[in-house]
Amino acid sequence: MSLTLLWTDMMVWILIVALLAWGWVVSRSPQVKKQWHTIFRSPVAMASAIVLIFYLFFTLLDSVHMRFHVENGSVKSSASEHVQYRGEMVSLLDLLFSHTIEKTERTYSAPFATHEYTKSIVVDENDVTRQEYLPLKHVKVSKGESERRDILQRSLTATMLGLCVSLLFVFLHIALNGKGTFGEKVRRVWYGETELPWRTAYLAFTLLLVTFVWMYMLSHHYHVLGTDKVGGDVFYQSLKSIRTGVLIGILTTLVMLPVSIVLGISAGFFGGWIDDVIQYIYTTLNSIPGVLLIAGAVLVMQVMMDNNPQWFETTLERSDLRLLFLILILGMTSWTGLCRLLRAETLKISQVEFVTAAKAFGVSKWKIIFRHIMPNLMHIILISVVLDFSALVLAEAVLSYVGVGVDPTMYSWGNMINQARLEMAREPMVWWSLFSAFIFMFILVLAANLLSDRIQKVLDPRSRS
Amino acid sequence: MLGYILRRILYAVPILIGVNLITFMLFFMINTPDDMARAQLGAKQVTPQMIEAWKAEKGYDKPLFLNSKASGIEKVSDTLFMQESLKLFAFDFGFSDANRDIGSDIKERMGPSLAIALPTFFIALITNISLALLLVLFRGSVLDMSMMVIAVMIMSISGLFYIIAGQVLFSKIWHWVPISGYEPGWSAVKFVILPVIIGVFAGMGAGVRWYRSIFLEQINQDYVRTARAKGLSEISVLFKHVLKNGMLPILTGVVVVIPSLFMGSLIMESFFGIPGLGSYTIDAINSQDFAIVKAMVFLGSVLYIIGLILTDISYTLFDPRVKLS
Repeated sequence: MSLTLLWTDMMVWILIVALLAWGWVVSRSPQVKKQWHTIFRSPVAMASAIVLIFYLFFTLLDSVHMRFHVENGSVKSSASEHVQYRGEMVSLLDLLFSHTIEKTERTYSAPFATHEYTKSIVVDENDVTRQEYLPLKHVKVSKGESERRDILQRSLTATMLGLCVSLLFVFLHIALNGKGTFGEKVRRVWYGETELPWRTAYLAFTLLLVTFVWMYMLSHHYHVLGTDKVGGDVFYQSLKSIRTGVLIGILTTLVMLPVSIVLGISAGFFGGWIDDVIQYIYTTLNSIPGVLLIAGAVLVMQVMMDNNPQWFETTLERSDLRLLFLILILGMTSWTGLCRLLRAETLKISQVEFVTAAKAFGVSKWKIIFRHIMPNLMHIILISVVLDFSALVLAEAVLSYVGVGVDPTMYSWGNMINQARLEMAREPMVWWSLFSAFIFMFILVLAANLLSDRIQKVLDPRSRS
Repeated sequence: MLGYILRRILYAVPILIGVNLITFMLFFMINTPDDMARAQLGAKQVTPQMIEAWKAEKGYDKPLFLNSKASGIEKVSDTLFMQESLKLFAFDFGFSDANRDIGSDIKERMGPSLAIALPTFFIALITNISLALLLVLFRGSVLDMSMMVIAVMIMSISGLFYIIAGQVLFSKIWHWVPISGYEPGWSAVKFVILPVIIGVFAGMGAGVRWYRSIFLEQINQDYVRTARAKGLSEISVLFKHVLKNGMLPILTGVVVVIPSLFMGSLIMESFFGIPGLGSYTIDAINSQDFAIVKAMVFLGSVLYIIGLILTDISYTLFDPRVKLS
């Protein structure tokens, strides 16, 4: 087994390291720390953050890719079969769900179904042809139990297990967090007397964990969210799509930030011809309809990739490169808005007394930018980052639907919706793929919107009135 | 005023040249005319002669920026970039790679696009503003809070779901309107009504929040306090003062949307099978028809710039303090 880093994996882990470093810096500045404290004093913000961390956790789980040697005897046969099938690269999430990848059905099946969704023609031993619903190959109802009782029993066990695990985490956190005896701390959390709304956080965490454990445990015996046209498990697909959505949301802003910060500040601070040139560039880019620019760039990239097949060894690498390109393109088309904001704000700050004083003292321009201007722009940058995130997740779905988004072989909510379009026209309707994509996407975007609302409210001086 | 507009129009020229340059580079620097020829002719059984012939026929056989064979001014003018761009400024879009007249295609498809875009635009504007005013009137109440929660939820759902859900409910289950298609004239109504409703609803969350925040910003200002002190009722304060003063930020947001009115909604049109400019563009993108995409990008940019100029002009109409100079 060897670890393999895809391009986007690398970016995501660099981002995580950067975030941790930034968190460390923030924790040393009492002023900024207090601001973050204020943000999380709202229960809604706290719960949203927990949801986002959950999604991030799955993204990270799916961003550790490895290769197994096929001849390696120590690897389970299931994993190596899967390796051959999938172009030799699996992520931790794939390992966790190897049972669902391996056990594909023949075709559509509804959530928790025991039989296929459509009738098939069967010839029985008396040579009579009949149409009937075939049982699913990999659904295991315990012997002597009705299906409903079986599901109920398994659900009960799974829920208990989920509760135990989450309580363990919660108590561990309570024990390590804050001062006082353990009992006292538990009491304070229970009555909601803590400074930060930990009760809400624990509740959200427990809810998410129990739901996941329940679905995961049952996915060993049933298809919890049904199967798609070729019998693939929809639950697994929805979880795989998380990485695509989250990556586009966070990495795009990462790509665009340096460009808009550097250009925005330079335009506002230096003025003159630099300002003119930068303004010209962003007005020009801005006046091209966004979708067209993205579509055009993706098309060009597609042709380029078709002409250079030697760039990638596996299909996964190919779709990963396409994702990377998409992120770059989205970043390049979306920096203009923030750049314009930063330019205006820099112009304003440059006129404020402390900057004029610094100039009069002969402080160098770079020092003024880093000491005085940058810190005063941070809130705008942060607000625009959190606001953009949900818009980008939604944009991914639309672009994939139009055919200029991620690779069609890559799991993404856009691709799921795209497929669902034909399924809705079927009689009877196949609704679960669309439903799963909807739920997974909705929860992510809703959490992001709620958190960004709160951040904007706390950090934006204008909204304090 | 006239001088100002003239200057703005002149200022638009370098921007449009820039737009052309970007689209041109996008398509020709990475993706050579040879690639395009191969894509158009079908990748497999193409001979170099066929590629040359195709390029000569479409006029893609010239050098990109600098023609070293020509002399004098022709060194710059007899190039692919100049040939392709200059015509656009005269709104001569030429022929598509599939040999259709782009100009007449655009004229033909503008109607269906507008038939969806205009009603969506106006209905959305009116409902969003009136809802926002209503919420501001009842600010801080349960109605306000719950509507804000609903607005965030509406915002968090991808537009694709509204379209699919709308089609399933209204067309497939209830059979109120046809699933897709278009007919010119008054019979277009039954094809247009569902996309319009979906368009209005999908934009409602973001719209109401945006207008509400504009009005709330106004309501804390001194002039509102003065108006109240004069004894004006809350409703007339809202409609006579707040709405009027909120017009400036509203205009800024609204006018920028105008180009997308003509361009049509890419997704909506392709979902509902409406032969407008949006689906035209999507088809062109899918068939790699550079000529059409270039024309649409140019058209979109022109409209955007017109929109910006219109914003500035409309400022003077709503706020006499703004003087154009």
